[in-house]
Formats: sequence, C-alpha cells, structure tokens
Amino acid sequence: MSRFLSFRRLFSIIAKEAVQMRRDRITFAMMLGVPLMQLFLFGFAINSDPKGLPAALVATPEDRFARAMVSALEVTGYYRFTHPYVSAAEGEALITRGEVSFVVTLPTDFGAKVLRGDSPQILIEADASDPAVASGAISTLGTLARQALTREAGTEAETQAQQARQVDVVVHRRYNPEGITQYNIVPGLLGVILQMTMVMMTAMALTRETERGTMENLLSMPVTPIEVMLGKVLPYFVVGAVQVLVVLTAAKLLFGVPFVGSLGLLLLGVLIFVMALVVLGYVFSTLARTQMQAMQLTFFFFLPSIMLSGFMFPFRGMPTWAQWIGEALPLTHFLRLVRAVMLKGAGVTDVAQPLIILTGFALAFSALALSRFRQTLD
Amino acid sequence: MSAPPAITVTDLVKVYGSRTVVDHVSMEVAPGEIVGFLGPNGSGKTTTIRMMCGLLTPDGGSGKVLGHDILRAQRAIKREVGYMTQRFSFYEDLTIEENLRFVAGVYGLEKGAVAQALADLGLTSRKHQLAGALSGGWKQRLALAACIMHRPKLLMLDEPTAGVDPKARRDFWDEIHERAAEGLTVLVSTHYMDEAERCHRINYISYGRLISHGTVAEVVAHAGLTTVILRGGDIVAAQKRLRGQPGVDQVAPYGTDLHVIGANGAALRRAAEAVAAETGARLIPAETGLEDVFIQLMGAAQDNMS
Repeated sequence: MSRFLSFRRLFSIIAKEAVQMRRDRITFAMMLGVPLMQLFLFGFAINSDPKGLPAALVATPEDRFARAMVSALEVTGYYRFTHPYVSAAEGEALITRGEVSFVVTLPTDFGAKVLRGDSPQILIEADASDPAVASGAISTLGTLARQALTREAGTEAETQAQQARQVDVVVHRRYNPEGITQYNIVPGLLGVILQMTMVMMTAMALTRETERGTMENLLSMPVTPIEVMLGKVLPYFVVGAVQVLVVLTAAKLLFGVPFVGSLGLLLLGVLIFVMALVVLGYVFSTLARTQMQAMQLTFFFFLPSIMLSGFMFPFRGMPTWAQWIGEALPLTHFLRLVRAVMLKGAGVTDVAQPLIILTGFALAFSALALSRFRQTLD
Repeated sequence: MSAPPAITVTDLVKVYGSRTVVDHVSMEVAPGEIVGFLGPNGSGKTTTIRMMCGLLTPDGGSGKVLGHDILRAQRAIKREVGYMTQRFSFYEDLTIEENLRFVAGVYGLEKGAVAQALADLGLTSRKHQLAGALSGGWKQRLALAACIMHRPKLLMLDEPTAGVDPKARRDFWDEIHERAAEGLTVLVSTHYMDEAERCHRINYISYGRLISHGTVAEVVAHAGLTTVILRGGDIVAAQKRLRGQPGVDQVAPYGTDLHVIGANGAALRRAAEAVAAETGARLIPAETGLEDVFIQLMGAAQDNMS
C-alpha cells in the first residue's frame, strides 16, 4: 500500500461516486440527453451553406435573357424565385419584410445591352443581415451569369475572346466535395459534447461535497489528494466512453459522415482529451465554493471554446489575437485531431502535434488541481 | 495516571482575518477520559477540535494528539482519531450500508467490519435505506458507528446530540461511557448542561479563550458564586426590583421560584432579603448550578472583550 495512492481507498471513492452518479437521475439523464440533443440540433437543424432561399425577380417577363438568368440561378440550387417579375417597390418591400433573401433586378434595357455587346448590369440585393445566407449564393453568381448570357446570345467572337482571357479557376472541395455542413459539424460535436459534459460534471465534484457538508468528513479521513482526484474523475471516463459511442454511431448511421482514419488513433485522442477535460473540471471545483460558481466557471470556459476553437467559425478567419486564445483551448487541438483522423485519414505522425499539446494540457491541469486541493479546511 | 496523555495542546491560536477565533487555548486529556468541551455558539469549540484532528492548521501553538504532532503528522492523526462533525456529514444519497462500506474502504478495514457495524447498530434489516431518509437520532447513531468503525483511540464529537430526542441522547451517552470504559478517550463539545455533567472533566471556552476547566464540582466551586431562591410572593415585582442591585449578577425565574445569583455573597443576601421582605417571598439558600456558572462566565468574558 503506497503512501499516496492506495487502490483500496481509490476504489472506495470510485464506487461511492458511481453510486451517487447513478442515484442523481437528472444529472445522469443529462449526461446522455445533452449529447443527443446537441447532435440533433447541430446535426439536423444547422446548415451554414443554406440552399433554396426565396428570391424575388424584378424584370420584364418578355425578356428572354431574364428568363435565361432565372433558370440559371435556380439551377445553382441557392435561389428559389418565389416572387418572379415583381416591381422594384414590391421587391424592396419583400426583402424588408424578410419574405425573400434576395432581390435580383434586371434593368429594362438588359436584353438590348446584351445584344449590343455592352456590359449589362445585374443588381442582386442580398439580405446580408445574416452573412452566411448571402455568401454561398453570391459566390456562384459571377461566372454563372456570364455563361447563361453567352448561351442565350450565341457565341460571338468578342465574348469568346473575353472568356479566353479569363483565368480558369478550378476549385476542389477536398475531403468534403459537396460541402456538407454535417461532415464538419458532427465530428466537431464529439469534442463539444465531451467538453461541455465532462467539465461540468467534474466541476461539481468537490463543490458538491463542500455544499452538502460532507467535505469535512471526507477530509477527516485518511485520503490523499491524488486518490480524491482520481476517484472523482475516473467514473466520468465511462460516461465519456458512452458519449463517444453515441456520437460516432450517429455520425455513421444518421449523418453518413465518412470515417476514413484509424478508430484506434481517434480513441487515443479522445482519451487524452477527456483526461484534460475532467482534470480541468476538477480544477474548477477546487476554485469554486458552490456548485453554482462551478457551473458559471464551466460556462465561462465553454463559450470561448465553442466560438474560438474552429467549431462554429473558421479558425483561420479569426484575427490573430483570437487565434492565440483559440490555441490555448484544448478543444481547438482536439477538433484538428478528430477532423484530420475522421475526414482526412490522418496517421499518428500527422496528428502528433495536437496529441502532444493535449497531453500537455492534461498534465498541466493535473498539477494545478493537485496543488489547489486543500487537505485541510483552511 | 502514568500513561501519556491522549491530547496535549498548548497555546493554540487560529485567526480569521482580524478575528482571533481561538486565543491561546491549552488543554490536556488523559486516556480513557470523557472530557466535555463547553462554550456558547461561536466561541471557537469547533475550530479547536478541527485543529486537534488535523482538519485545520493552527496559526500558533503546538501540541500532540495520540503522540502525533498536530502540525506535521496530520495524516497519522486522521488514521487514529474518529471525528464526528456537528452536521451529519455522511452521504445522504448513499444507503446506510454503502456509507459504512465507503468508510471501511477508506480505512482499509477487513471484510466483516461493515456487517459487524450494521449488527452493532441494529440496522442490518434497514441497510438498504438511504441515509438521508433516517431520522435525526438514527443519523447520529449511524455517524457514530461510522466514526468508531476503524477502532480509533480518540473520539472527537462536535455537538453530537443537537436535535436529538432525550431518549436517544441518553442511549448515546450510555454508549460513550461503555466505549470509554474500554479505553476510548472522548472529547465532546456540547451546549447541554446535563451532558456536561456526564463528563469526567469539562473545559469552558468563551470568545476563543479557555476560561475554566476541571471536574464539574471544581468548576462550580472555582466560580465562587452564591445562589438564593425567592419563593412565593410577587415574583414579577421581585425580579424587577432585584435587577441591577449591588451584588446581584443574575436573576432567573424558574416557575414560581426566582433564582438570584451573585459573586459577592454578602451583598447578594442583603439585597435578596430586602426584596423578599417587600414582595412577601420566602428566602431559601441553594446550590449553584453549572448553567449559572456558565452564564456568569459568559458575562465576564464579554466584559473582558469590550
């Protein structure tokens, strides 16, 4: 029996925590309910590349070029002309009321200009109050309009020359050719779900004892800090394992997210990430005096984690200072790992960096937790 | 007694911010003794006990508990001391058996210990009941059983009988005396005078200072108080008249009697005789009770503080 770690004592604490976890029905339900709900919300409801958005067309119906434009736009899948051939005033009213996301305006002399070889203008007003709505739809527009008009007007020499001068940009959407949001979101959700539940549950670990007055009793017994810490966090590994199973199964069966990498490597990453999280939660519980404070600390940490980790918004799109904060969050590194392994089939050497950084987090948090744990009530 | 003392502490000090909660408290407890630790609320009893069982680090002073230094050997102390907290601090969401099993595991006790403790408690049939569902008296019995399961040599009880009915209190004290007879040393803090009188010796602490100690008789004698009883007549008028008279420190009605207590015996008797004659009461000399002594000590300590 070692001085600092007795397995008998450790198992006693684990057994006690496990029973308490099981008896606390609501918390127990939360542990499975939260991942399922998040999977459902993020997986089914959220789409950062929305299609089939309602649009209005301001043009004269007789214009054959206008008809060509409309069909070309509809083919992209982004536009759905719910209000074709309205007046400019009507178009304005529709976008203001939010009934359409776009108003496409073709000037009355549009056809004439095309035939004359002048460069006609198309006005597309997008409701950019939500930038995500507008971006995809607008980006497809430039080449599309040109092609549609060329087809309609016949291949004139001038236009051909113009097209020849243009640089032909080939875009490969690798790893996710169709740009399906779920492919990015669902693996990321694995990290977010673990982040939320693991930290929150373990942040309660010590504060619950303090609040219920059982801390005094626990401290009056010959338990060591490392036994208390391990005894309190290890049961959550089982919870984490269940969550991982739920998310991975859902990713495969519900969302059809490809899994090209090694499952073993992913699980290794998950293990290290969970270790860092539960110990971080435990650090919170040494800082907070009440369960309420522990919750607040958890959310204080959770918010930057989902915003700055690259889960919701592209990491490289953030200003440098925000990227630095992001680098300091375990979730950022875990997301790189999980996306690399699941979507790109990355091997150990490819994800060595996030693995090492996550291990560093786990060790640093453990050291902090053990130094923070008070063996007395002082 | 030649055996080394179970507790010897000298000049224990604990300061919280600008408040000195425990102010140079020294105490000695011999093995096998039941020592009462008395004092009003917030007088520093709990803090002193926590310092002695390794739960708080003293800001000053030194001492040994069961031969272990209270500043350095806190883990050794925790292994050999049983400490029962003021509030029930076992797990209410665990069953009786699970609580005991947890304690047995932490102290590394052999397999039979839990079953034995359950049998001793008479709770074998209810072992699957949640501890939180137990009544106050049963909670206290469970806590005591859990605290002595690892056969400590010293038991520290912090107001163990608060909120427990008289019958359960009686049983509890019988158990404590039985254990003491087997050699267990007990330090128990309490408010109740009848409980103080069941201790071999008592220590009285007020505002962090140890004010009086010894056997009950010694403490009462040491206080040097005189008590007279006024019986009959107009008690309400007598009480009003006696308040603030020279020599009268306490006036307390007990039913139709009026207890009058003071440190200056001669002055007290003079005042009491005069009032008794006016209100038509009889004057009866009486023994001073422990409670009267404590109330006197409390008042004196308060005067010293201000």
